[in-house]
Amino acid sequence: MTHPVCPLSAIPPGEAYRWAVEPPVAIFHTEDGQVFAIDDTCTHQDASLADGWLEGCEVECPLHASKFDLRTGRVDAPPAKRPVRTHAVEVVDGVVHVTLSTEAPNLPPGPAVADSALTDGAK
Amino acid sequence: MTGTGALRSIAVVGASLAGLAAVRALRGQGYDGEIVAIGAERHEPYDRPPLSKDFLTGRCAAADLALGDPDEDLAVDWRLGATAVRLDAHDRGITLADGTEIRADAVVLATGARARQLPGTGGLAGVHTLRTLDDAVALRADLAAAERLVVIGAGFIGAEVASSARSLGLDVTVVEALPVPLAGPLGVEMGTVCAGLHADHGVRLLTGTGVARLLGSERVTAVELADGTLLPADVVVVGVGAQPNVEWLAGSGLELAGGVVTDAAGATKLPGVVATGDCAVSFSPYTRRVTRTEHWTHAHEQPAAAVATLLGGTVDNPRREYAPAPYFWSDQYGVRIQFAGHRTDGDAVRIIEGHPDDRSFLALYERDGQFVAALAMNQPKLFTRWRRQLRVPAAAPALMTPGVSA
Repeated sequence: MTHPVCPLSAIPPGEAYRWAVEPPVAIFHTEDGQVFAIDDTCTHQDASLADGWLEGCEVECPLHASKFDLRTGRVDAPPAKRPVRTHAVEVVDGVVHVTLSTEAPNLPPGPAVADSALTDGAK
Repeated sequence: MTGTGALRSIAVVGASLAGLAAVRALRGQGYDGEIVAIGAERHEPYDRPPLSKDFLTGRCAAADLALGDPDEDLAVDWRLGATAVRLDAHDRGITLADGTEIRADAVVLATGARARQLPGTGGLAGVHTLRTLDDAVALRADLAAAERLVVIGAGFIGAEVASSARSLGLDVTVVEALPVPLAGPLGVEMGTVCAGLHADHGVRLLTGTGVARLLGSERVTAVELADGTLLPADVVVVGVGAQPNVEWLAGSGLELAGGVVTDAAGATKLPGVVATGDCAVSFSPYTRRVTRTEHWTHAHEQPAAAVATLLGGTVDNPRREYAPAPYFWSDQYGVRIQFAGHRTDGDAVRIIEGHPDDRSFLALYERDGQFVAALAMNQPKLFTRWRRQLRVPAAAPALMTPGVSA
């Protein structure tokens, strides 16, 4: 299902927006004007990738500097081992639309998993 | 030794974060010979930071701590549960505790550090230090049956253990010898702010207080302070720092001074031997001091520089100094503390976002009008931006007084 999330103008180039779905999604607007959506939570430990450092099509986790490719979700630099889930993005009439992936997310162990387990009633 | 061609076998002594990072760097930098990795612990490389946090509270399990990736083929001969007891400088022979001899063309020393013990506390049940997975398993089991915890030392480990135990419902008291906890890394002003988290969460913090002794016959029952105060305790955690695992290198010809002395690129006095991580005492081009660094990020990143030194500094893979701004973090009481840079006494502290009372702020440390360090509570995004500025290599030396060294 596709969701309208926010106007693209709300995310300056080089910035990110944290969309508070469960689990949260980070939407990145690169300096080149491209838009990507990935799961916001680093797959290594609980940290928001929207708070990370965006360089080209790569985001660096603000906690331990794991790097993820925004296009594929692939780990470019450890300590993360598992990719982040990517979501399809489309900008329609200046509004960012995200189609959430139906794959299982790669959430880190700890609070994020525990919290979502409580919310969803299943792990 | 020039180029990687001359090296057929490399021993990595230490199988924690720095040892694994060294192995990955060896493969990443094109070394395709034999690697033997020797670890004193019986566990495969695992991540220590969660031990005082989510592992202690039961929110993550031992399997979640694994640093290795099952899909990653590093072609390493792991020797786990094997302690190195001697290094022969002449042939780079390593003797293990069981008598096994391992010969290598080159050696990476990454033996890390161990928790410092409080003298006179050995043999008493209920008294713990926290460094290893086994330590954490034992502490977690003990906390499950305990009501009162006394933590000796209000550094980051002590504070995180206090936080975790409090979240488990224990009555917690933290005892700190210094007047202000964390005054060394953070300064008095910000150390005071961080120490305030204990009171926020109903944990008693006693500062400027020495410990006289621990009471109890087989199991600890109380901590007696220097002023005679008795703190009843079911469990005591001693968090008074770490010391490097370098005693085994005595007589090897390596210079030992509170760790294995190296230059900024990990080179020791012995050819073909580099040292990295918590066991190394290295010149930092950033701080212009000779220091032993115990931070996770250092142990994660610095081995790549040491390995480049070992592999000989080819055109494609030049020898490089490791010179980033120091960085560390701590998670306590639901608050993420992050620090980057190098603080010294006399630096001015300026809050540029939020307020310490809200436990959400960013503080800059300034020296001679220059930005030298940043501390944040629950401000990861802003912190990342300021930390980035500290990374600019050219900026760092200009901020420092040349010629200062510890």
